[in-house]
Amino acid sequence: MLATLALLTFSSLAEPRFPPPDFSETNHQLPITTTPAARAEWLQYLDVAVLAGCLGVAVWLIHKHRSRRGVFWLSLCSLAYFGFWRKGCICAIGAPQNIILGLCEAGYTVPLTVIAFFALPLIVALFAGRAFCAGVCPHGALQDLLIIKPLKVPAWLEHALGILPFIFLGFGLAFAATGTGFPICRYDPIVPIFRLNGPGLLIALAALTLLLGMFVGRPYCRFLCPYGALLKLAALASKWRVRVTPDVCTQCQLCANACPFGAMREPSPGTIAPKLLTPERRRLGWLVLLVPALIVGGAWLGGRLAVPVSRLNPTVELAERYLAQQKSPVNYGVMTPETLALQRAEHDPEALLKSAADLQQRFRRACLAFGGWVGLVLGVKLVSLSLRTLRTDFEPDRGACFACARCFRSCPQELVRIGQLPASELPSSASIATPVKA
Amino acid sequence: MNEQPKSDRPTTRRTFLRNGARIAAMTGLGALAGVVANRSTAEGWVWQIDPQKCLRCGNCATKCVLEQSAVKCVHAFAMCGYCNLCTGYFEPEPNALTTAAENQLCPTGAIQRSFIEDPYYEYKIDEQLCIGCAKCVEGCSRFGNGSLFLQIRHDRCVHCNECAIARTCPGDAFRRVPASQPYLLKTTHAH
Repeated sequence: MLATLALLTFSSLAEPRFPPPDFSETNHQLPITTTPAARAEWLQYLDVAVLAGCLGVAVWLIHKHRSRRGVFWLSLCSLAYFGFWRKGCICAIGAPQNIILGLCEAGYTVPLTVIAFFALPLIVALFAGRAFCAGVCPHGALQDLLIIKPLKVPAWLEHALGILPFIFLGFGLAFAATGTGFPICRYDPIVPIFRLNGPGLLIALAALTLLLGMFVGRPYCRFLCPYGALLKLAALASKWRVRVTPDVCTQCQLCANACPFGAMREPSPGTIAPKLLTPERRRLGWLVLLVPALIVGGAWLGGRLAVPVSRLNPTVELAERYLAQQKSPVNYGVMTPETLALQRAEHDPEALLKSAADLQQRFRRACLAFGGWVGLVLGVKLVSLSLRTLRTDFEPDRGACFACARCFRSCPQELVRIGQLPASELPSSASIATPVKA
Repeated sequence: MNEQPKSDRPTTRRTFLRNGARIAAMTGLGALAGVVANRSTAEGWVWQIDPQKCLRCGNCATKCVLEQSAVKCVHAFAMCGYCNLCTGYFEPEPNALTTAAENQLCPTGAIQRSFIEDPYYEYKIDEQLCIGCAKCVEGCSRFGNGSLFLQIRHDRCVHCNECAIARTCPGDAFRRVPASQPYLLKTTHAH
C-alpha cells in the first residue's frame, strides 16, 4: 500500500488523490472548519478613544488638579487596559517603526489607529509635557508601581545612558525602514509580562528590568525607551511646564529629594567670573564645530557597516547563502528550514537576487542615516553639556520630567495652597519666601 | 507662571525659540501624518499563512513569541479522503492501524481518529494539544489530499507588529491579510 502511495506522489494531480466519500450509508455530516474571528474592527477605535481620553485626564490631573493620587489611579487603569488587556499591543512605543515603514515601502499600509497612537502623545507633549509617560503608558505605569528605593544615578552615568534612547530610536527606524523587522517591539523588555508568556530570554530580560526598576526609577523609560526620546524632544518645546510650586519657590530642596528620576534641576549659582567665561565659550565653539565632523564620521562608519548589517535581513541572507551554495554546496539536512529556503531560492534566483540588491541599496542609505544620527546625538549631547542654563528656582527638567506629580505634595507652598499646612508653619518662610521670585 | 509670556512682560528669547520649535514640530508632525495617512487604511491587518506556500518546515512550532504557538493545524473536512491509512495520522510504517501512541505521527497526540463507516475514518484536531509542528501537514500533503494545513488562530495570536515566525519562514508564506477576512483556507488540492 505504501508503494502505491509513493507512486501517487509523483503524479501531480489537481484533483484529490483519494476522492472524498459521500457517506451514503450513515449520512454523516461533515464538521465545519472553525475560524475564530480576529478582534472586532470597532474595538480599535475604542483603543484610540481610551488613549485620547486618558491623555486628556492626565493633562487635567497634572496641570489643573495637581494630584499624584489621580495620576496613580489613571496609570493603573492604563496598565490594566493597554497592558494586561491589550497585551501591550497596540502601543505608541513601536508606532514610529510603522510610520517609517509606511513612508519607505509602497506596499505597506499603516492602519489609521497606529498613526493616532504615534501622533496624539507627541502633540500632547508639545503643549503639556510628558503626560503620556505619567498616566497613559503601561510600560511606565508598571515600572512606577515597583519603585521601592530609588537610588540617585550619578550625573555622568545619567548623561551617558541618556543618549541610549536616541540611538535605539535611530536603530529601530533604520531597521524598520529597510523592512527587516521591528526591533523596538521585538526586544521590548516589558511586553512579555503583559502577555504572561514569551521566549525565555526575553522573560529573563523583563525580570531583570523590573528588578532594576525597584532601585532605579523607571530604567526602561529613562535609558532605553525610543518613544520617550521623541517625547523628550517634544516636551522641551512644551507650552505649559510641570510646576512643583503653585506660586513661589522657597528653595527648600524637598522636591529634589522627592523625585525618583533625577529630573529636578537646582538653581544655577549666580554669575560666573569673566575669567572662566572665555575658555568656556571657546570650548563651546569647538564643540559646535565638532558636530558636523561627528555626523560625517558617523555616516562614513555607518556606510562601511551597511553590507555586514544587511545580512540580518532574511532575504539578503538567503540570497548570500544561495550564492555561497553555488560555489561550495553545504548539506543542511533534509526538510530543514535552511534547505527548504534554498529550494525556494533555486526556483527563481533572479527575482531573489534582484530584491536582495534593492534591499542592500536601502541598507546603505539607512546605515548612512543611522551613522549620521549617532554622530548628531553625540555632538548635541556634548554641546548641551557645556551650555549654562539660568535658573532661579528648583525646577523639573522639561525633557526628563515624566510628570508623575510625586513632587507636588513635597512642596510646602503646595501644602499651604491645599490647606494642609498653615502659612505660619512654612520652614524659614520669613527669610526666603519673597526674594527668589524672578 | 514664570515661563508664560504675560501681557505686561515682553516675550523672552527662550520663549520665542520654544514657540518656534513647537510650531515647526506641529507642522512637521502634521505633514508626516498626512503623507502616511494618504497611503493608509482604516482597516486593521492581521498575519496569516498562505497554505499553498507553506513548506511544513516546523518553524511555526518554535518561533512564535507565545510559549505555545498561535499556529495550529486545521482540517478542511470537505477535502479529506477519510482514509483508514491516514498518512497525516500514522507513522510511515505503523505496527498496526490503531490509535496506539507508537503508531501516531503527532508528537502530542492532538489528532483524534474516529470511525464513521466502513472504510472511512474522521480526523479532528484538538487545538489544546496541537503545537503547530506541521508533521501531520507534511504527511497529508505529500501522500494524501492535503486537507490538513497550518493557520494562525486569531483567538490565540497576540497580533505582534511584526510576526516573529514570518521573519524566519523559509517559504515566505506569511503575509498580512485584512482583519475582516483573517483566514486563508484551503479549498483545492494543489502541489
